[in-house]
Amino acid sequence: MQLTLIALVENKPGVLNRVASLFRRRNFNIESLNVGRTEKPDISRMTIVMENGNVDARKVEANLYKLVNVIDVQDVTNQPAVTRDLALIKVSAKSEQRAEIANLASIFRARIVDVAPDSVIVEITGTEDKIEGLVELLRPLGILEMVRTGQVAMMRGTASGVRYSPGANGFRETEQVAD
Amino acid sequence: MTKKTGAEILWECLVREGVEVVFGLPGGAIMPVYDAMLYYPVHHVLVRHEQGAAHMADGYSRASGKVGVALTTSGPGATNLVTGIATAIMDSSPIVCITGQVHAHLIGGDAFQETDVTGITLPVTKHNFLVTSADEVAEVVREAFFIARSGRPGPVLIDICKNAQIEEVDFIYPEEVSLPGYQPPTHAPLEDLKRAAELIEQAERPVILAGHGVTMSDAVDSLRVFATKTQTPVAMTLLGLGAFPASDPLSLGMMGMHGEAYCNLAIQNADLLLAFGMRFDDRVTANLRTYAPRARKIHIEIDPSEVHKNVEVDVALIGDLNTVLIDLIPLVDEYDHEEWRAEIEDWRSESQARDILTWPDDGKLYTAHVIRNIWEATGGDAILTTGVGQHQMWSAQYYCFEKPNRLITSGGAGTMGFGLPATIGAWFAKPDHEIWLVDGDGSFQMTQAELSTAIQEGANIKIAIMNNNFLGMVRQWQEFFFESRYAGTPLIGPDFVKIAEAHGIPARRVTETTEVLPAIEFARQTDGPVLIDFRVEKEEAVYPMVPTGADLDKMIRRPIRKQPTAAD
Repeated sequence: MQLTLIALVENKPGVLNRVASLFRRRNFNIESLNVGRTEKPDISRMTIVMENGNVDARKVEANLYKLVNVIDVQDVTNQPAVTRDLALIKVSAKSEQRAEIANLASIFRARIVDVAPDSVIVEITGTEDKIEGLVELLRPLGILEMVRTGQVAMMRGTASGVRYSPGANGFRETEQVAD
Repeated sequence: MTKKTGAEILWECLVREGVEVVFGLPGGAIMPVYDAMLYYPVHHVLVRHEQGAAHMADGYSRASGKVGVALTTSGPGATNLVTGIATAIMDSSPIVCITGQVHAHLIGGDAFQETDVTGITLPVTKHNFLVTSADEVAEVVREAFFIARSGRPGPVLIDICKNAQIEEVDFIYPEEVSLPGYQPPTHAPLEDLKRAAELIEQAERPVILAGHGVTMSDAVDSLRVFATKTQTPVAMTLLGLGAFPASDPLSLGMMGMHGEAYCNLAIQNADLLLAFGMRFDDRVTANLRTYAPRARKIHIEIDPSEVHKNVEVDVALIGDLNTVLIDLIPLVDEYDHEEWRAEIEDWRSESQARDILTWPDDGKLYTAHVIRNIWEATGGDAILTTGVGQHQMWSAQYYCFEKPNRLITSGGAGTMGFGLPATIGAWFAKPDHEIWLVDGDGSFQMTQAELSTAIQEGANIKIAIMNNNFLGMVRQWQEFFFESRYAGTPLIGPDFVKIAEAHGIPARRVTETTEVLPAIEFARQTDGPVLIDFRVEKEEAVYPMVPTGADLDKMIRRPIRKQPTAAD
């Protein structure tokens, strides 16, 4: 099974390195990690997907909170969340195969975004399963290259993901520790 | 608005953080900071190797409860700190390391003495900073000290570029620290406290496991109140020693690999473990699968990542230990646990029969005896620092600690060479307190260059080397588990007396039991550093011992020696 976590972090140099270093030294295996800007200029957002071999989300959350730059962590695994992955797939295609690829693409609500004499690039956005589905159908035609962004996730409505550690959460009411 | 250089701002902020002493060694990339230092009321201690600076800051911190500061240049100056920083993070010791870095515009170009120090120290610091301009200095220093000393304390490193030391900017002292992602927990939720009180109510065979967190969170009094009210025996980790008085009948002494046998038996037979500020390290749990099999567990811990890490617990109280204990004490009733305590007393008396202190004098010099003699001579109240190995375990076993912050030792990292520099650091924290370093000949040689620092500073420290011409603990493992094949463990040491004398340090060698007490007195009566080279029994082993991976109560015990009789 996979775990999906959302982490809000300070938008500062080296924060991605801190998170990656933490995962490496605690032996957490990352499936995909996506970082990007948010509606607030000083905050970046990470979507982390990992295999939960010997870890659970609580353990990952607690370790992430050890990083000073990590502001909030939510576990959205099995939660009502929208998750999306974007893939660009370059498929070998002579002119006679383009129609077939276009057909497949439209079934998957994907788009052909580039056409070259011997290949096309298909762009698809969706859940991981959906992308895997298209990839399997395109594979017999010859996939020349593929790039994927990794998952991004957002909870539906006003609900938030699961937070485990009481008091460790920057967004929760906690008493200020005296210096 | 007054303009100041980054270097001046650094000192201004250090002074405001209460820094009175820094341990360091200058070099090219930190020279502006050293130059500005002369104008501030901070004493600089020149170390002979930067590893010593980190350990001194650490020893200073452990003896004083304040933040220790190390100061070095870039490149090798900074990388030499790494062992000391790793030592500090394993034992949650608050230190701030300040390292010089090349000019910001040179970073990434492999400039002379450029090293990616924030990269190297990232996994061994609580947090670190790279300062590339002078206007960041004040805020970074403020945050560094706040992070180092709050929550679960730990080492913080500030890597400060040379241009940031030289540039002049307006100095605005940040009164508030703003760290949106850093809010250490304080109180545990009431429902969790109530659940803990229920488990305590149901327990018939409870044991408290007191760790370093007790002294770090200033919970010594709360622990005593809790233990006395509930009549719960108290086992301690190595770094927990002193958190509860050794002489108290409820004290079980040290737990774990070289813990007291009755202490380990009590843990294995307990029906409730109360873990206070400790992290179930493998050296205290032994085999996790068979650890305290019948015990429910309550864990009070400030770092959520330590909870359920090694041992699954029934109730986790995440918060500041002292705060949580103060909240918890009114919720628990008074108990007696008479039968349980009587059972433990039986185990205790059996252990005492095996104690090396009960051995008849056979004319040999045993480390345990020497340490007990130092304990007696110093009234049990000296600050005792150690290296790592057999002498460290005997110190833990035979110097019975009554008060907190008396034992200064590298626990989690097990850093040989920690002893001498940590002792010097402790002396700067408590110059009027009696301070003894009990070191091994192997550990001592790793950082013995700091003898020069000790004599330059006139540090009033007493150095007792337990010299057995072996890397003793490794030798013991070879004896037990590798059929006495002594690979790489015999040491042909130098003449430590001559080494001390070459530094201008008075020294003596002790080879006979009759010389022990006079030598200790000589050290105590002589002002300044003194070294005594105790030529102890070479192949003595630390007992009890739980072999790695064995169950906690499957200890190798010391054979019982009988008093000689007329027939012998």
